Amino acid sequence: MSDSFKAKSPSRRQFLSGAAAVGAGVVAGTTAKAAGPDPLITQVQDWASGTGDGVDATPYGLPIDYESDVVRRNVEWLTADTISSINFTPIHALDGTITPQGCAFERHHSGAIELRKQDYRLMINGLVDNPLVFSYEDLERFPRENRVYFCECAANTGMEWAGSQLNGAQFTHGMIHNMEYSGIPLRTLLEEAGLNAAGDLKDKWVYVEGADASSNGRSIPMEKALDDVLVAFKANGEALRKEHGYPVRLVVPGWEGNMWVKWLRRIEVTDQAVESREETSKYTDTLEDGTARKWTWEMDAKSVVTSPSPQSPIKHGHGPLVITGLAWSGRGAITRVDVSKDGGKTWETARLAAPGEKMAMTRFYLDTTWDGEEMLLQSRAMDDTGYVQPTKAELRDVRGLNSIYHNNCIQTWWIKSDGEAENVEVS
Amino acid sequence: MSKYRNLIITSALAATLGAAPAFAEKFGLGRTALPEEIAAWDLDISPDGTGLPVGSGNAFDGEELFADYCAICHGDFAEGVDNWPKLAGGMDTLDHEDPLKTVGSYWPFLSTTFDYVRRSMPFGNAQTLTDDEVYAIVAYILYSNDLVDDDFELSNENFLEVEMPNAGGFIVDDRLTSEAHFVREPCMADCKEGTPEVVMRAMVLDVTPEETKARKVQELMDATKPDADRDTAAVAETAVVAEAATEEAEPVAEEAPVEEVVALDPEMIAKGEKVFKKCKACHQVGEKAKNKTGPVLNGIVGAPAGAVEGFKYSKPMAAAGEDGLVWTEEELTAFLTKPKAYMKKTKMSFAGLKKEADIDAVLTYLKSFGQ
Repeated sequence: MSDSFKAKSPSRRQFLSGAAAVGAGVVAGTTAKAAGPDPLITQVQDWASGTGDGVDATPYGLPIDYESDVVRRNVEWLTADTISSINFTPIHALDGTITPQGCAFERHHSGAIELRKQDYRLMINGLVDNPLVFSYEDLERFPRENRVYFCECAANTGMEWAGSQLNGAQFTHGMIHNMEYSGIPLRTLLEEAGLNAAGDLKDKWVYVEGADASSNGRSIPMEKALDDVLVAFKANGEALRKEHGYPVRLVVPGWEGNMWVKWLRRIEVTDQAVESREETSKYTDTLEDGTARKWTWEMDAKSVVTSPSPQSPIKHGHGPLVITGLAWSGRGAITRVDVSKDGGKTWETARLAAPGEKMAMTRFYLDTTWDGEEMLLQSRAMDDTGYVQPTKAELRDVRGLNSIYHNNCIQTWWIKSDGEAENVEVS
Repeated sequence: MSKYRNLIITSALAATLGAAPAFAEKFGLGRTALPEEIAAWDLDISPDGTGLPVGSGNAFDGEELFADYCAICHGDFAEGVDNWPKLAGGMDTLDHEDPLKTVGSYWPFLSTTFDYVRRSMPFGNAQTLTDDEVYAIVAYILYSNDLVDDDFELSNENFLEVEMPNAGGFIVDDRLTSEAHFVREPCMADCKEGTPEVVMRAMVLDVTPEETKARKVQELMDATKPDADRDTAAVAETAVVAEAATEEAEPVAEEAPVEEVVALDPEMIAKGEKVFKKCKACHQVGEKAKNKTGPVLNGIVGAPAGAVEGFKYSKPMAAAGEDGLVWTEEELTAFLTKPKAYMKKTKMSFAGLKKEADIDAVLTYLKSFGQ
């Protein structure tokens, strides 16, 4: 397939990065036939002879140094300033479905603030029977739930609308994380304040905002607010990180990450959408004719192969290969993921590590063999509404080229014969 | 609200809403919010004007305020600086490639502009403008978009009379209908005519951050020269690419300033670091500091004013530097107490540090960054 493609001659950088993987492959891929006894086995190693760290070495543990490249990264040219910017989860290097908090992507509009629990206040006002103020301790006394949900920025994959740009699953699909939240149903808090004053709830909204300078206010229809929205204070069992809204954030299952207001400080019941900055000038989707969709809250079904991928090339030799990735849908549970090795001409169904859960990430595997052939690797998710993840061309047919948000198209990685991978578009 | 009606088909949710009066018993937690508290936080303004404060301001005054508080990011004419948002222009570009979305060309409601400026601007110094100043700045943004004349005065009285060009430019999410064809049987074989071929490559565009390339270079070096002598030809060749990877080697260089720090009170430095958060929106310090909205502040205490290389100072600041102003602790204290009073027309849109202790702490912190 590479014959048909008129590429520019590779730059020195590309040459070097390509050569790197080959070199590494040579070192790593020697387990099949031992040239001689392995000194790692035949000689007593320091770690088998001496001692390691005591239990007081790291009161709160961090990943071992050898994993120091598995970190959030940002793309400097994307935004004017890191304070109002985004970084990316290293999904290429993770497995399973739960994203550790320490490497879960961040998106701030006025920076990650530090707000102590004792300084925390949550106000509910507007069309309620009794406007209330809660302290953090008050929130801990309401019945709470544990739920796993993905949070995806509406702009995830947004840089890829016009063509393949960023070379790595972390950068193309890393504005997402998946955590187990402990929190109170928003419904419980609204009922505590009393909704009789709101009258008919069908045309009512809640306006939610954060304590940071951006406030990042968003309007959420009452129907969603009473359905599955959580006011959360723990993620993956521990306190939220400051960058994810410590001490309290909103969890809006399946809906775009911008609505998951961090440092949540106020919930107002209103009779109209506020039409704040984040729901008019941003997070609206411009179509080809110049009109824009608004209130595009749900995240469509989507998937991506996380390995092999540009940051996670095939380094072992020929033979068994695990192709793996993530799938999710804001409208329900993932029911199936298919994988194509030939750019979408033929597909085979991957194995789901566990049955899909509503609005949570699903891990898929395709256990296969690879003999050095080039692949145009793709994955395609289906959810329980019957929706099948579209190609980029199909999305462009409906939406044109001027959208930024909600790009849920099928991603292609070109796996080369040396195991290196590249982000490409295919015909 | 048609979006809402589309969704309500789901029977479970319909039941949820129908059950409105029969709410669960209360827990008796929390306390009643006081009117003053609600007034302090309930600042949102709706398209119909709900929430607008009484006040007014004209485009002429707005221009001056904009130059003082906003232009450093948004440009004197709201045309935007670097990657910062452009607030003016872009009329009739929405159906073009790369549409320019500004307050004038895109924002459907003026209430959004007022709401956002009042609550979140200036960046790094939100909620320091008076309501009249916000009216004036919003009037100027309208003027910069050619939507009003320069003598236009905006007030809560005439606010709803302003017509926003793109007010009718939005439709409610229609994906469930316009993209209903994505609900389908997935094709498994012969899904494309011919053999799929690569038509675009990310490597050609080459905009991926360097770290990942640097990592690969590191791997190359590890693989080819697993042991010691890495600083040979291979390194020289890859130096450009490896730049980002050298961060790990840099702590050695950081040791130098530590000696100067010794004399400074570590507690004061820590306190100053906290105070410095107010400055961080615009200023950087430290090894990798770059000029941002404001200049790098390494070694600023005792340095001549207006002298940081590569930073474009306001005219008065540049002039003061030429006249020999040196940032002694006394001068910096005076400046930081009330920047605009100390130097009219400084670019620094910061209200000032009220507490002397905060100023002392932040100066100690700044002193911990030698040069």
